Amino acid sequence: MSTASLPDIVFMLLFFFMTVTTMKDSSLMVANTLPNASEIKKLEKKDRVIYIYVGTPTQEYQKVFGSEPRIQLNDKFANVDEVGSYILAERAKKPQELQNVLTTALKVDKEANMGLITDIKQQLREVNALKVNYTTYEGDAFNNLQ
Amino acid sequence: MPRRKGAPEVNAGSMADIAFLLLIFFLVTTTIETDAGLDRMLPPIEPPEQDVVIKQKNIFTVNINRNGQLLVEDNLMEIKDLREAASAFLENGADGSCTYCKGRKDPSSSDNPSKAIISLKNDRETKYSTYITVQNELVGAYNDLRNREAQRLYGTDFTTMESKYLDPETPSNVRDDLKDKVKRIQDMFPQKLSEAETTTD
Repeated sequence: MSTASLPDIVFMLLFFFMTVTTMKDSSLMVANTLPNASEIKKLEKKDRVIYIYVGTPTQEYQKVFGSEPRIQLNDKFANVDEVGSYILAERAKKPQELQNVLTTALKVDKEANMGLITDIKQQLREVNALKVNYTTYEGDAFNNLQ
Repeated sequence: MPRRKGAPEVNAGSMADIAFLLLIFFLVTTTIETDAGLDRMLPPIEPPEQDVVIKQKNIFTVNINRNGQLLVEDNLMEIKDLREAASAFLENGADGSCTYCKGRKDPSSSDNPSKAIISLKNDRETKYSTYITVQNELVGAYNDLRNREAQRLYGTDFTTMESKYLDPETPSNVRDDLKDKVKRIQDMFPQKLSEAETTTD
């Protein structure tokens, strides 16, 4: 039996995995320097997480969207009142058994104001997405104050 | 000079092994990085059936203004002192029913940890980073107390126990064992951190 083609097959598999398992991350259109916190919990199980990004639009988008912090849902900017329907849409995409255990990860730039966050929280409450995770970096929380 | 018979043979037998090794290496190392942060529950939008009357002394109010200054129980406070103040409030134990509390039993402060509520309010202009710092300190106050009790009962930190419990790689028999312990500690100091508008009579 010839195993001469085995390396080729395995190399093909290797390249497949190398290309596929890169970080799948929607490209950020907002500045996203997260604050630091020390009492953090890891966000296990990526399939149960819905992400909401908040921050100042990056340089290239500032002409169109201004320099005030904005919400990014998937790959586009959104207004506060679209958050609810976004959560419902994302929730509908998940398998039935996960729909009640979803976490909303708020990736908010540290320069953002609480007004926007309060509005988002209100929206989340309205669609009953009560479990939130304020995503942060691990570090001393007092570094935020400087 | 003898004619060469084709190209010389290269021994490629180990090629497959090398490739497999690489494959396994990539399979193992390219886990998608996990995020971490502060877990919080938002209050449900429907108000509870009957109005629960909460005594003012059981509520620890924290107000953050637009300049990031703290008003704790109507007194100005530095953020670095918040953790200690919150712990002192939580384990005050004025009614004496909390046997493990080491508080001062001040009658004007909380009755016991299960009644003690921390109410956090903020201004719309408050910076998010300040808010997170305050949240972190309040969660930290709970964690400090829970760690202390976990150390006393089980000789380990609550936070390590909890993260081990939540880690999907922990074997299930260890998890079942941890579940009760984690639950017990959580019940000793239930996290009642309200962000809703709390009104009192």
